[in-house]
Amino acid sequence: MNPATQTETREQTLARLRKLAQGFRVDIIEMLEKAASGHPGGSLSVIDLVTALYFQQMRHDPKNPAWPERDRFILSKGHAVPAQYAALAGAGYFPREKLSTLRRLGGLQGHPVNTLTPGIEACTGSLGQGLSIAQGLAMASKADGDKFRVYCVIGDGEMQEGQIWEAALSAAKYQLDNLVCVLDYNKGQIDGYVKDVMPLEPIADKWRAFNWHVIEIDGHDFGQILDAFDEARRTKGKPTFILANTVKGKAVSFMEDRIEWHGAAPSKEQAQKAIEEIKQS
Amino acid sequence: MTAKATRQVFGETIAKLGETHPEIVVLDADLSKSTKSDLFAKKFPDRFFEMGIQEANMIGVAAGMAGAGRIPFICSFACFIAGRFDQIRLSLAYGNANVRIVGSHAGVGIGEDGYSQQGLEDIACMRSLANMAVIQPGDDLECAGAIEYLLTHQGPAFLRTTRQSLERVNAEGYQFQFGKAVQLREGADVAIFATGGTVQGAVRAHEALKASGIHARVVNVHTLKPFDAEAAIKAGRECKGGILTVEDHQIIGGLGSAVAEALAEGGVGARLHRVGIEGFGESGTPEELYRHFQLDAAGIEQRVRRFLG
Repeated sequence: MNPATQTETREQTLARLRKLAQGFRVDIIEMLEKAASGHPGGSLSVIDLVTALYFQQMRHDPKNPAWPERDRFILSKGHAVPAQYAALAGAGYFPREKLSTLRRLGGLQGHPVNTLTPGIEACTGSLGQGLSIAQGLAMASKADGDKFRVYCVIGDGEMQEGQIWEAALSAAKYQLDNLVCVLDYNKGQIDGYVKDVMPLEPIADKWRAFNWHVIEIDGHDFGQILDAFDEARRTKGKPTFILANTVKGKAVSFMEDRIEWHGAAPSKEQAQKAIEEIKQS
Repeated sequence: MTAKATRQVFGETIAKLGETHPEIVVLDADLSKSTKSDLFAKKFPDRFFEMGIQEANMIGVAAGMAGAGRIPFICSFACFIAGRFDQIRLSLAYGNANVRIVGSHAGVGIGEDGYSQQGLEDIACMRSLANMAVIQPGDDLECAGAIEYLLTHQGPAFLRTTRQSLERVNAEGYQFQFGKAVQLREGADVAIFATGGTVQGAVRAHEALKASGIHARVVNVHTLKPFDAEAAIKAGRECKGGILTVEDHQIIGGLGSAVAEALAEGGVGARLHRVGIEGFGESGTPEELYRHFQLDAAGIEQRVRRFLG
């Protein structure tokens, strides 16, 4: 739990989250530049959502990652794990120096692995699987008297996987109002724009038709993000789907909405420029 | 002689263990009457989850439940569930989730439904996954013992059960030992390694061969992984005619492969012959199919004689 959230004003909370996310964006760029591979676009689009979860929304204890009643976060779009690593290090799950081991032999894995990294709850990276795991956690929590809430972030391209729709159908059957699925809707995937590769719209209608409570927000506006999570808490009898409109490569002008930055690392010069821009954002 | 389908034993055993183990949950993908998980469902409706025809989602849900301290048993036909290899690979094996996959309807032994419903590659798939244990009981006692063992096992496991009844091959009071092959009959002329539905035929073949002076060692391999390499090496050294493996599964990647790997790596130059499915299964009665693929006593006996020349 983040004690600060209990004493600070809303404006202070939003400012704190913005500052944290700004620092994590720098971490992401530094990690990827050093690793010389990885996925900046989706990491930068999801980091505000991830920051809000770890630093305002979720009850968790970095000193006790196995605390049974901790809220759970599953990053189903596992390729954006640099964003999660930055947040985990920031929260104190492991030393920040470890971030520089990303994608190195013996270091932080290129996709999330629960058995190797404290704070990671599942192995993801083969798309479509994380929401099912989140559903199972939510079902177990319900059976135990709703001791914890479960958050899962999926990607838009990931919604092309059939398993997502299996979980969508199933989580509604079990009325999992302790489950929140957040879509990082950055509109891009490896081979191009989602609308060209395999169109998903109308997304909100689809999830409503699957009996989810749907909220649409700007995924970079912390006020909207926090309001959406609060609304999800108040929603009873059904899971919540937050359609978060985001920008791939957010806060780095030459990466924003550029498909080629889905899975390419910045050079040293590009990283420098990116970090300057982030610091001014 | 007592004979029971191991899927039935699974249903009865898990329903009994449910009384003393609140951490057990059972999930099924619309086949509970066939996998026999319905016996648990009737007794513990709050701990049984009907997941619909969504094997992939069921696998992930089980991983999540395991992450919250449950021991999920997830049930479907072996071919359907092992077919969701990617989900098992990542959500269960790599994550080292304490999930037990119960794949019923093993092999051509299911009969008339034909190949699409016959689990024939599941062992090969599951054996290839790190962290994954693979168990196929040869009778009712072994199945019950294996399930009890699985409550203490750490990490994911695959349990393969049969649709058809299996004659009891173990003695009353049998104790299941994970990872340890069971020698059911002595002999040093040749060894027959069998697993699951073919064990009963191997035992009967032993008797028929004995009548003509051939003493075949019969070894029941209930744990395919970790494989008891010592048992294979010992048989390879001691049984002069070599080893014949018999399984209701493709001969690639299952018991025959495990024995071959053990012999080769153990430096044992024993002869080896693998009996099983090569190609696809088909429709027919279970008895007809076991005769056709030479997985029954007469077929095994004939293959042994031919093997010995």
